[in-house]
Amino acid sequence: MAVLTDRPAPPVARRADRGPRALVNRFLGYAILIFFGLVFLYPFVIQIANSVKTEPDAAAHPLSPVPDPVTLAGFERIFAGTNFPLWLGNSLLVTVLVTLGRVFFDSLAGYALARLRFRGRAGIFAAVIAVMAVPGVVLLIPKFLVLKQLGLYDSYAGLVVPLLADAAGVFIMKQFFESVPVSIEEAARIDGAGVFRTFWSVVLPTAKPALITLTILSFQGSWNEFPHSLVAVQDPGLFTLPRGLADLVSGSLGKGTQYPLKLGAALLATIPVAVLFMIFQRYFVRDANEGADKG
Amino acid sequence: MATEALRAPATTPVRPPRRRGGGIRSNEHVAGWLFVAPVLVILGLFLLLPILMALWVSLTDWNGQGSPFTGQVPFVGGDNYTRLFAEDGLARRDFMTSIRNNLYYVALVVPAQTVLALGLALVVNNRMLKGKGFFRTAFYFPSVTSSVAISVVFLFMFANSGAVNALLGFFGIEGPQWFADSRGVLHLLLGAVGVDTPPAALTAGGPLGLTWWDWLAGPSVAMMSIICLVVWTTSGTFMLMFLAALQNVPVVLDEASTLDGATRWQRFRHVTLPLIKPTMFLVLTLGLIGSWQVFDQVYVMSQGDPAKTTLTPAYLSYRTAFRDFDYGSGAAISFVLFLIIILLTVFQRRVMADRDEPRRPRWWRRRVPEGS
Repeated sequence: MAVLTDRPAPPVARRADRGPRALVNRFLGYAILIFFGLVFLYPFVIQIANSVKTEPDAAAHPLSPVPDPVTLAGFERIFAGTNFPLWLGNSLLVTVLVTLGRVFFDSLAGYALARLRFRGRAGIFAAVIAVMAVPGVVLLIPKFLVLKQLGLYDSYAGLVVPLLADAAGVFIMKQFFESVPVSIEEAARIDGAGVFRTFWSVVLPTAKPALITLTILSFQGSWNEFPHSLVAVQDPGLFTLPRGLADLVSGSLGKGTQYPLKLGAALLATIPVAVLFMIFQRYFVRDANEGADKG
Repeated sequence: MATEALRAPATTPVRPPRRRGGGIRSNEHVAGWLFVAPVLVILGLFLLLPILMALWVSLTDWNGQGSPFTGQVPFVGGDNYTRLFAEDGLARRDFMTSIRNNLYYVALVVPAQTVLALGLALVVNNRMLKGKGFFRTAFYFPSVTSSVAISVVFLFMFANSGAVNALLGFFGIEGPQWFADSRGVLHLLLGAVGVDTPPAALTAGGPLGLTWWDWLAGPSVAMMSIICLVVWTTSGTFMLMFLAALQNVPVVLDEASTLDGATRWQRFRHVTLPLIKPTMFLVLTLGLIGSWQVFDQVYVMSQGDPAKTTLTPAYLSYRTAFRDFDYGSGAAISFVLFLIIILLTVFQRRVMADRDEPRRPRWWRRRVPEGS
């Protein structure tokens, strides 16, 4: 491998583009892409197709992307026979409140940790980092205990308040504010603007990309949140979409498999995040890459 | 929103006296605490405090009636913990079964998702292919969807008359009844080579309440479907991490080694892989940490069945507390799981912090063998 040649370097990239070998390589590359494209997307095709099939059709031809006949019976039953509209409403309410709370509180704290000098700052930041390591699944019983104790169990407050701030969001905002030049806010400070005013009308507007990222992550996170609602409420009137969906699947509906209905409900629950993903894809992607950089 | 930046400097200084004698500093001090207060209160109240409460409950026999913090609740000390490890009984058998299940789950999920993610990243990173953006999106999309919703889809795909069995049917294979099949994959493999009845030496006894034969069952057929789902949903995220790392590999290096006559595999093995080692470490450890937390999928797809072969510690702790109303045991299981995850996280963070200080790959390489 280390053999040195004294040939003048040919333009490698172009040479590799031609010839039968490159053609085979490229063909192989596309074959792999398309194969895995199918593996990753076909389940969604199956989901959509089977949600508009009749039940016998779905059972007989689960793989077929063509419903025969097309029926909206599953969707009709979702709206008429289940509490889907209620779950949808609850999910919307919880998601909007949690997203607003996280964006506001996380950026406040992120700004303070990045810019304001106060005693205990280093300690608080260390605590935030430590908290990020606490896995959600071990908090199921603890959260239940504290919600009971505070009288928040089985209430909207119980669904929303514990999620209003998250350590990862604080971390993202702190990192961002540290990358903003100090000069802008110093000018504002010298002009006599208070700390909050400087933050609110000078610094925050420059943080738009970070705010969008945080908004999207919070929306996606709270829309999909399942374990928290599992231990925060038991009243079916307070179920969010994932909770209702899980309830639907574990068979309280009885009679038959009802796959078209279940797939349809799951599809409807997926659509908002899917749309968000399509529009703001680069923000999703950026987040994953930031994870790679910082760990 | 953006226009306010222009407006702000216009606010005239009104109260100069406040800025006298370190005024700004104390101002900042108060403001700093006020700014972090909401986050501190929420995290303290719904994260730290509950962990302490659960620690207390794990030392009691609380059954969910009334408050666990009154004198009436029997204090049992470390009993809930010893029952998980030292006393022969149902509690230990279930716990060890869940540990076994999760170990096999980790052993399959982590390598599978890492290899798949890296493979996808390599293909998507290929300079000669078009339409990569679309495929990158397609591979990543499952990662952002709801775990519950996607579990419903996989429940259908792995149903007895579902898509997976229909696909296997094309190849003349009769698929199993996925979610009713508690047979371990290793047992099945042994059966295929003729070991139908377990040797007596393995069924006679074994460590921690399970026989050797039970420990060596492998993941059940039902667990395999959950493994498929998880690998499918997580690979996209890890692919993006690998992609970011691959894009930092200088093209010149690759071309130089091509000139030197290195084969594709040699280039990958000796040029690319060493350069993306930090990301590899990150993906492996994030995978390790994440795969001890599997819960949603188990809840929706199998609830620990069949024959407890999809029981994981996370789900067992939930079930013990909220179905069997044995909150003390449930909390104890949570804490053992907590310990496992925290140890993995601390290990990861220490190695990564070591790496971040001197930014030299060679130094990093020397560090790895000690820990991993």
